[in-house]
Amino acid sequence: MRQDQLSQKIDWLTVSVYGALVLAGWLNIYAAEYDPDINQSIFDFDTSAGRQLIWIGTSVLIAFGIFFFDYKFFDLSAYIIYGVVMSMLLFILIGGKEVAGSKSWIGLGGFGLQPSEFAKFATAFALAKYLDHATRKLTDLNTLGVSFAIILLPMALTVLQGDTGTALVFAALVVPLFREGMPPLLLIVALSFFAVFILTLLVSQTVLLAGIAIVTLLALGLNARTPRRLVYIIAGAIVVTSVVRSVDFILTDVLKPHQQKRVLSLVNPNIDPLGVGWNVTQSKIAIGSGGFAGKGFLEGTQTKFDFVPEQTTDFIFCTIGEEHGWIGSLLMLGLFTTLLLRLVYLAERQKSTFSRIFGYSVVGIIFFHFTVNIAMTIGLFPVIGIPLPFFSYGGSSLWAFTILLFSFLKLDAHRMQVLQRW
Amino acid sequence: MRERSLLIRGLILFTVIIFAVRLFYIQIIDEDYKVAAENNVVQKIVQYPFRGLVYDRNDSLVIYNSPVYDLMIVPKEAEIADTTAFCDLLGIDREMLEENLRKAKGFSSILASKFIEQISDDLFAKLQDQLINYPGFYVLPRTIRSYNTQSLANVVGYVGEVSSNFLNRDTTNYYKSGDYIGIGGIEKSYEEHLRGKRGSTFKVVNVQGIIKDDYRDGEYDTLPQSGENIHLTIDLELQQYAEKLMEGKVGSVVAIEPSTGQILAFVSAPSYDPQLLSGKSLSKNFPELNKDENKPFLNRPIQARYPPGSMFKTIQGIIAMHEGVVTVDEIIKTDGSNIGDLAPPGPYNMIKAITKSSNNYFYLIMRRMVQQGVDESPYIDSRIGLEKWREYVMNFGLGRKLGVDLPNEIAGNVPSLEWYDRVYGAKRWKYSNIASLSIGQGELLVTPLQMANLGAILANRGYFITPHVVDKIEGWPNPNIKKEKLPFDPVLFEPIIQGMEQVVKAGSGIRGYLDSLKLAGKTSTVQNPHGEDHSGFMGFAPLDNPQISIAAYVENAGQGGRAAVSVASLLAEKYVLGKISRPWLEDYVLEERYLPQNAPRPTIAEN
Repeated sequence: MRQDQLSQKIDWLTVSVYGALVLAGWLNIYAAEYDPDINQSIFDFDTSAGRQLIWIGTSVLIAFGIFFFDYKFFDLSAYIIYGVVMSMLLFILIGGKEVAGSKSWIGLGGFGLQPSEFAKFATAFALAKYLDHATRKLTDLNTLGVSFAIILLPMALTVLQGDTGTALVFAALVVPLFREGMPPLLLIVALSFFAVFILTLLVSQTVLLAGIAIVTLLALGLNARTPRRLVYIIAGAIVVTSVVRSVDFILTDVLKPHQQKRVLSLVNPNIDPLGVGWNVTQSKIAIGSGGFAGKGFLEGTQTKFDFVPEQTTDFIFCTIGEEHGWIGSLLMLGLFTTLLLRLVYLAERQKSTFSRIFGYSVVGIIFFHFTVNIAMTIGLFPVIGIPLPFFSYGGSSLWAFTILLFSFLKLDAHRMQVLQRW
Repeated sequence: MRERSLLIRGLILFTVIIFAVRLFYIQIIDEDYKVAAENNVVQKIVQYPFRGLVYDRNDSLVIYNSPVYDLMIVPKEAEIADTTAFCDLLGIDREMLEENLRKAKGFSSILASKFIEQISDDLFAKLQDQLINYPGFYVLPRTIRSYNTQSLANVVGYVGEVSSNFLNRDTTNYYKSGDYIGIGGIEKSYEEHLRGKRGSTFKVVNVQGIIKDDYRDGEYDTLPQSGENIHLTIDLELQQYAEKLMEGKVGSVVAIEPSTGQILAFVSAPSYDPQLLSGKSLSKNFPELNKDENKPFLNRPIQARYPPGSMFKTIQGIIAMHEGVVTVDEIIKTDGSNIGDLAPPGPYNMIKAITKSSNNYFYLIMRRMVQQGVDESPYIDSRIGLEKWREYVMNFGLGRKLGVDLPNEIAGNVPSLEWYDRVYGAKRWKYSNIASLSIGQGELLVTPLQMANLGAILANRGYFITPHVVDKIEGWPNPNIKKEKLPFDPVLFEPIIQGMEQVVKAGSGIRGYLDSLKLAGKTSTVQNPHGEDHSGFMGFAPLDNPQISIAAYVENAGQGGRAAVSVASLLAEKYVLGKISRPWLEDYVLEERYLPQNAPRPTIAEN
C-alpha cells in the first residue's frame, strides 16, 4: 500500500497550482493564435495549442514517473546527472543545430531538445549535493569558490551557445546560497555593481565621473581626521570609476549588437523604436488595452495578427493581459505568488540540507523566470528571451519545470525518511 | 538562517506588488494604450528592391528585370458582386475562382496573397478601370528575371520562391515565405550581392488591418536599395558560339584566360533557355527539365566526373622529371607488352611519348615513380610511392574543389592509399594493381573545369589563378581569387608543351591544326564501359602568348582527335583571331550528333 501512503504525503496544494498554471497556459496559447475566420480547434496538432497538449500529456507522465523513482536516486546520482548534462552542453557546442541565431538544440526526430533547460535542475542537484556536508559552510572561501564554479560552468557553456537569456537564469541559484548563509556583503557588492551599471547607461560618462569625484571629495573632507577611512574611500572611488569605464567597454566590445540594443532600449525606448523597442511597445499596447476586466476569451486583437512577437512563447503574458484585463493578470500573479511562497514553506520544513537547498533552487529558478519574463513584457526590463514557467509554449521548457517541481515534491513527500544521511 | 527565509518571502511579495501596481497603471490609469489599440496599430510593409543586373566581360547586358503584375487579394475585404462578370474579366472559370479564393483564405484572411500570378498586359490594362468595382483586390507590380541570350543557363542559374525547407534551416531570419531567392548559378552564389536591401514603410492600420495613414509622416520609412550589378568574366559571344557547336551533343566545354583565371566560356550540353525558369514559367517547366533523361540541370563542367585519359600524361611527365626518375632525353624502348597501346613499340623520349601518346612509356615511368625501391616489400614500397605521387597530382588541382564561384562544385577523385586498402585490403596491392592510373584511367576522375585549369597551369608554366565567372561586383574586383604556385621548375614544362605542339601539328590532334593559331594540346579518348568512348581535348593557344586554355569533353563521340579537338580549335580561333576561317570544320562539328540514341544514358559518375 505504498501508493496510498505516498498520495497522502504529496503536497496537493502545489500540484493544484501547477495544474491551474499549465491549464491556463494552454488556453492562452490557443487564444494567442486564434483566428476567428478559421476557427481552428484547440486539439488541432497543426497549431501550437494542439502540440502543447502533447507536451502537457508527456509532462504528466514525467511527473508520475518521478514518483516511482526511489527518493534516494536524486541524492545518489546528483553528480552523474550534472556530468551528463554538462557533456551534452559541450556536445551541442560542437554539433548542435542553430535556431534563431543561437546554437542550443539537439535534434531528436522532428523535435528539438534544449539541454540548457535541463542544465537548470542538474546544476541545482549538484549544488545541493555539494553543500549537504557538515564541514562545508558558505562563509568559507573554498566552499564559496566551488559553489560558484558549479554554477558558472553551465552558465559559461550556455553563453558560448549564444543563449545569454538562459545563461542568466543560473544566477537565480544565489537564492539557495543566500539562504544557506552566504555573506550578504557579496550580494550587496553585486547589487551595487548592477546599480552603477544602470546609472552608467542613464547618465553620461562625464557627468557620472564628475559626480564620483564630488562625492569622493566630500567624503574625504568629512573624514579628514581618520586616515584609515581615507584609504577605503579612495579605494572605493577607484573601483567605482573602473566599473563605470568597463561598462562602456562591455557595452561596445563584449555584448553583441542585438544585446546592446536591448539594454539601451530599456533606458531609451526611442533608440530602436521599430525594432526591439517596437516589440515592447506592441506588448504594452496589448496588455494596456485589456483594461480592468479584459476583452474576453479569444476576443483579443493585438496578440493575434502578429502585432506582438513570439505571442505563444516569451510574450504569452500579453494574451492574459489583453483578454482578461487587470483582474486576470492579478489572478495569474496570485497563482505564482501562492506557488512560490508555498515552495519556500516546503523548503523550510525539510529535514535534510540537500532537500532544502534543492527546494530553494526551485524557488530561485521559477522566481527568476517569472520576474524577468513579466518585467520584460511590461517594459521594466530588457527583452531577454526566457519563457514564463508552465505557461509558455514549448516542450523542453515545460518538461524541465515539471521535472524541477516534482523532483522537489518527491523529496518533500519523503522528508521524514531523510532525517539522516543515508 | 531562518530570518533569511523571511527576506526571500518579502522579496517575492515585493516583486509581485510592483507588477500589480505597474499593471494597474498600464491597464487602468493610462488611456494611451487603449486608444493606440483601438485606432492605431503600426504595420510594417516591406518594399522589395530590384535585383542587380548582370553583364558579360564586354559590358553587354545578360540579365535584367522585367515588370510583371500579380493580382492580389485580401480575403476579408474582398467583395465580388457579380461572379460571372468577374470570371469573364479575368478569363477564368468559376471553379478556379473558388479554388483561388479558398487558397487565399487558407493563407490568411487579413493578409494579402497572390490571387492570380503574373497577369497578362492585356488583362492589366483592362483591370485598371475595372478593379474599383472589386474591393479587396489590387494589382501588385513585381519584377522577374529576363535574359538577352538563350545560352548560359548553367552559369546564371535562376530565381524562385524560397522553399519551406530553406526557411526552416535559415537562421538569419531574412527571408519570409513567398520571398524570392537565387536558386542556381550566380543567382545563388552571389545572392547576398544581387538581392539588394529591402525597404519598409510604416503605415497606421486599424484593428481590421485596413491602412489609414503614414506612421509619423513616413519618418521611419526606408527606401529599398537595388542589388549590386555584376560583371561576368564570360564572353557572351564566345559562349553562344560554343553552345552552338555543342548542340545535339552531351558534354562540356570550359575556356579560361590563363593569366587571370577568368572563365571565358562555360558550356554544359545539353542545356536549356534560362527564360524557361523565369517567373510563372518556372513551375511549369521545372518538372519537365528535371526529369529529362539528358539531365540539363547537371552542371557538367563542375559536376560531371570523367577519367582524364591521355591529357593526364602531361602531368605524369612533369612529375616524373621532377622526381628525377627520367630525364627529357632518356630514350626508353617500349615493346608494347605492358599495357594496351595504340602507339607503336620502339624508342621514345619525353617529347615523342607525349606526341604519340605512348601508353607503355608512361606505364614504365610511373612504375619508376611508384616503386623507387625505398622498401624491400613491393607492397610497402608502392604505398610510399603512391602517396608521394598523389600529393603531386593534387598540386595540379585534381581531387579537390578549385573554389569556383558557382554552387555545388565536386572534387573528383585521386584515389588514396585508404581507397585501395578498402578495395584490395591493406598491403594486398602494388603497382600492377593500380597501373591504369599511369594513363589517366582507372579510379582517377576529374571535372572538365579541372582540365581547363590544367591547360591554364601548362600555359602559365606552373601556376594558376582560382577559376571564376564573376569579374566585378558593383565595379569592385571579385575578392575571392588567389594565385596558387605549383612546386615544379618551369623548365620541366617546356618538353611537355613541345610535345603538345606536335600533337596538334602532326599527331592525333591534327584536325584542329591552324598555322596562324598555334594551338597546343593533348587529346584523350576516354574509355567508356557503357558505350562509345568519350572524345576529350585539353590545350591552349597561342603557344608563345597564351590567351585561352580550353578543355572539351564530348560524350560518346569516340576519339579525342575528332569532335573535342575540333570544338576547341574553333573556339580558340574565334577568341584569339576573332574569325572563323574553316567553315568545313564548323560544318563537321555541327553535323555530328551524339545524343545518346544507342547509348541511352550519358555516363556521369560511373566510370
